[in-house]
Amino acid sequence: MKSSLLFDFSVNNENKTIHIKREFNAKLDLVWQAWTTAEVLDQWWAPKPYHIETKSLDLRAGGIWLYAMVSPTNEKMWCKADYKTIETNKLLSWLDAFCDENAIENNIKPRSLWTNSFSESNGVTTINIILKHDKLEDIETMIKMGFKEGLTMALGNLDELLLTKKK
Amino acid sequence: MRRDVFQGIADPTRRAIILLIAMQAMTPNAIAEHFKTSRQAVSKHLQILTECKLLKQKPEGREIYYQLNGTKMEEIDKWLEQYKKIWETRFNQLDEVLLTMKKNKK
Repeated sequence: MKSSLLFDFSVNNENKTIHIKREFNAKLDLVWQAWTTAEVLDQWWAPKPYHIETKSLDLRAGGIWLYAMVSPTNEKMWCKADYKTIETNKLLSWLDAFCDENAIENNIKPRSLWTNSFSESNGVTTINIILKHDKLEDIETMIKMGFKEGLTMALGNLDELLLTKKK
Repeated sequence: MRRDVFQGIADPTRRAIILLIAMQAMTPNAIAEHFKTSRQAVSKHLQILTECKLLKQKPEGREIYYQLNGTKMEEIDKWLEQYKKIWETRFNQLDEVLLTMKKNKK
């Protein structure tokens, strides 16, 4: 079932955007809830073995979602999303940033503007994500930083695999 | 001696070094401060990682900085693949969460 769900990923150098498209086998209101509710976001937003802990989520234009990305060694990296546009079950956009626990942003990472569009057809919900950046180098920086999580993730899985093999 | 990427990441300290400088280029001294092992041991790890082409040196003034060797365009694809994997994992997790939500609703 999983394999039949669409997953598209592409980078547009000219527009300095990353495009991500994914289908979910669930109704629109459920998917919307998963993207906008702290308790649910905490369950999936970070790729394992990372997890996130939401400190506050204020779902309105001008509101902030403040959360910590927690590493397997319990290091916390504070992140936030400044909500820009919210149209329930349709459109969710925010500007992201790394920050401290009081949501004061820093310049470690270039900011990305997220535009997430939601639509449903025959019980399958499609999400279209566009990540927009000021500069092309910003995409490069971001992707490399993602590598850090990706590598930890891969190594975590490897550790698990090795553990199973040991038994 | 021939080095490859897998040899580079085989050691836990070397993996920690990669994670550390993934964020920013660092001098050997700054890197060594993060580890309990000796400066010499860290230097050796840096040397191996450089030979594996995972890291490269960038001289700045009198200091040498180590950074991830990933600036070349052809290597971007590799980073991109990792980035894509993060999204895959994230979305697979969301699939599971949605499934649970559906069950609870009934």
